[in-house]
Amino acid sequence: MKYQYISDFFIALAYFSIPLELIYFVKKSAVFPYRWVLVQFGAFIVLCGATHLINLWTFTMHSRTVAMVMTTAKVFTAAVSCITALMLVHIIPDLLSVKTRELFLKNKAAELDREMGLIRTQEETGRHVRMLTHEIRSTLDRHTILKTTLVELGRTLALEECALWMPTRTGLELQLSYTLRQQNPVGYTVPIHHPMINQVFSSSHAIKISPNCPVARIRPAGKYMPGEVVAVRVPLLHLSNFQINDWPELSTKRYALMVLMLPSDSARQWHVHELELVEVVADQVAVALSHAAILEESMRARDLLMEQNVALDLARREAETAIRARNDFLAVMNHEMRTPMHAIIALSSLLQETELTPEQRLMVETILKSSNLLATLINDVLDLSRLEDGSLQLDLGTFNLYALFREVLNLIKPIASVKKLHVSLNLAPDLPEYAVGDEKRLMQTILNVVGNAVKFSKDGSILISAFVAKAELLRDPRTPEFFPVPGDNHFYLRVQVKDSGIGVSSQDIPKLFTKFAQIQSTAIRNSGGSGLGLAICKRFVNLMEGHIWIESEGLGKGCTAIFMVKLGIPERLNDSKLALMPKVPPNHGPTAFPGLKVLVMDENGVSRMVTKGLLVHLGCDVTMVSSSEECLRVVSHEHKVVFMDVCVPGMDGYEIAIRIQEKFTKRHERPIIVALTGNTDKATKEKFMRVGMDGLILKPVSLDKMRSVLSDLLEHRVLFEAI
Amino acid sequence: MEVVQIQRTLMDYTKSLFMEGLLDSQFLQLQQLQDESNPDFVVEVVSLFFDDSEKLLNELTIALDQPSVDFKKVDSYVHQLKGSSSSIGAQRVKNACVAFRNFCQVQNIEGCLTCLQQVKQEYYLVKNKLETLFRLEQQIVTSGGSIPMIEMGF
Repeated sequence: MKYQYISDFFIALAYFSIPLELIYFVKKSAVFPYRWVLVQFGAFIVLCGATHLINLWTFTMHSRTVAMVMTTAKVFTAAVSCITALMLVHIIPDLLSVKTRELFLKNKAAELDREMGLIRTQEETGRHVRMLTHEIRSTLDRHTILKTTLVELGRTLALEECALWMPTRTGLELQLSYTLRQQNPVGYTVPIHHPMINQVFSSSHAIKISPNCPVARIRPAGKYMPGEVVAVRVPLLHLSNFQINDWPELSTKRYALMVLMLPSDSARQWHVHELELVEVVADQVAVALSHAAILEESMRARDLLMEQNVALDLARREAETAIRARNDFLAVMNHEMRTPMHAIIALSSLLQETELTPEQRLMVETILKSSNLLATLINDVLDLSRLEDGSLQLDLGTFNLYALFREVLNLIKPIASVKKLHVSLNLAPDLPEYAVGDEKRLMQTILNVVGNAVKFSKDGSILISAFVAKAELLRDPRTPEFFPVPGDNHFYLRVQVKDSGIGVSSQDIPKLFTKFAQIQSTAIRNSGGSGLGLAICKRFVNLMEGHIWIESEGLGKGCTAIFMVKLGIPERLNDSKLALMPKVPPNHGPTAFPGLKVLVMDENGVSRMVTKGLLVHLGCDVTMVSSSEECLRVVSHEHKVVFMDVCVPGMDGYEIAIRIQEKFTKRHERPIIVALTGNTDKATKEKFMRVGMDGLILKPVSLDKMRSVLSDLLEHRVLFEAI
Repeated sequence: MEVVQIQRTLMDYTKSLFMEGLLDSQFLQLQQLQDESNPDFVVEVVSLFFDDSEKLLNELTIALDQPSVDFKKVDSYVHQLKGSSSSIGAQRVKNACVAFRNFCQVQNIEGCLTCLQQVKQEYYLVKNKLETLFRLEQQIVTSGGSIPMIEMGF
């Protein structure tokens, strides 16, 4: 009994506390929607509790009130519980669906979480790629690019090892070029035709390969499972790959291999997004590498160009220096070579005029001939240089064509007759008598050609013919580049020189006009000549807008030299002018120096008289003295000029000059002192100049010379004849 | 006509003198100096030349005959002769003088003597020729003609 009491008591307690708790918590939570149900439930429980409590009194005999209370309580309880039960029928499905929804939402939330995780990962990957790309592209240095790639990839993907294999020069092997962890990769090589490698190369994706592949076996053997390995190809692009409508992938053939290894013992797998990252990076690397290559290429090209530029500049300056040196040389040589040459020739010919023994005469003649030859050679060489320079210009003038040919004939006839060659000249009747052109050079050309004909013929005849070239004949099929155009005021002179000499073989013909080229035949070599003649002729002919060539049937069959030059037709008026050969003007000119007082000092009576005669003829008032004392005595300020013969040895004309100068203190009062001398040496001239003589004339003095001397003297007060 | 004949003879004669080298262009110069104011210029000068040269040649002969020859004096005489002969254009005489001087320089008596002979020879030759020339000219003048000028294209 006692236990029943206790149990009932506790049940009642529980019954009372539960709704209290419920109400308390419902009050606390704001969201519980079914308050009313809860109240009902609470009421039901309270009543149940009350019932049980009242039960306590019903164990023993109880009064009617208790029984009444009990009954009321039970009735209420029953009513409430029924209502509650009825209500619950409605409510429980609702509650259950709430539960389902909750589950559903939870799942959704988990999914979203997952996806967000993925997106975040992707975004991070993207960021890594961008950063990688930026790093890679920020440098144009190949090594930095590759090193950075490996480092960044390693960091982003947390790789154990990352390696780049580049194809060797031969293209048959892959060489380990860069690694992430190992500092200095030793040159492992792997043959390129490995099936796995081929598989990687043939696809543009990153492909998982076995860790046992030779390219993946570069790290020390792990204790446990090696991580997964992925390889991707990196196309090595060439400049030429970037065609406009041609994507690089199609035309490139060379690939490098990038191998990425996940850390061993990590059980990590390659995720798709990681593979995509790797592929993207590989492409970027390819582009960056090609940019670097292009840059290298262009830098190299620029350096090369700069070098070439410098070299060209140097060469140009050297060439300019050389040309200047040559021009200077020519200018100097021109004068320096010719002056002594002329002196030699002039003096030799003067020497010829004197009394000589036969041996001496022979010697002098040889000297003269040799020096003439040398002079011709010098002139030829200098002419040729000037011709090549382009600085030679023709001296155009009107001349007699017939006279020119006759002169040539006259010049060549003596030599030809010595060799028993017969020379004939045939001038066409329609050849104009006068022409405009460079007479001297035309003569030189004709002489050279004819001279060659004579030189290379041992016997036979030489025929020179000249005529006006007709229009049809002007175009020579052999020389298509020569387009002569006949016109109104010019004509083409065609000259043919045919000889029956040793001829020229056909292979030698082109060499004929080359400078210094000699036909290699002893016969010709012995005939002398420097090989310049025809070269110069050709240049002259070219200057005259013409053409020159040689025809020969072969050795021993003679040859014909033909040239055509353009000459102008002089105007009609010039003909009449030329017909008058200008005569030497008579020497009885007007007296040029009327009343000019001069003093002539000469010991030699005859020459004194001659000089006086000269001066009198020119209208001067001449006083003659025959000795120095007399001269000093007579000379006065009235005398304007003193002619002093000073070539008498023993008589010091210089001293007289000094004494005369002393006599006149004022310079303008002093007469002009001119020395007459037959002495031609420079020392004398210098002595005179030092002494203060105003002039020097060489005896014998001609009238014209005296006249010009006097006019020069009176105008300039000084004259020194070039000795 | 006679005058023309003589004139032509004179021309040819003069030409021959030039051709043979007896006279040179200096002689022509002298002729050009002759005009109305100076009608006998050439004759005067040539006569003076003759006198001078005779004297000089005599002196030279004496000087070279001496036991000890004074080459300096000889040289000065020859120099004078050379000057005169070149003044009138006696070319051969002048050339001979030049050779003479060379021998004087080296003091070669034999050579000098030979040269003296040569000079004398040339001198007498040219004197002869010139005298003939003047005679011809005289003839022309007396016949009333004029002395033609020589145009020599040298």
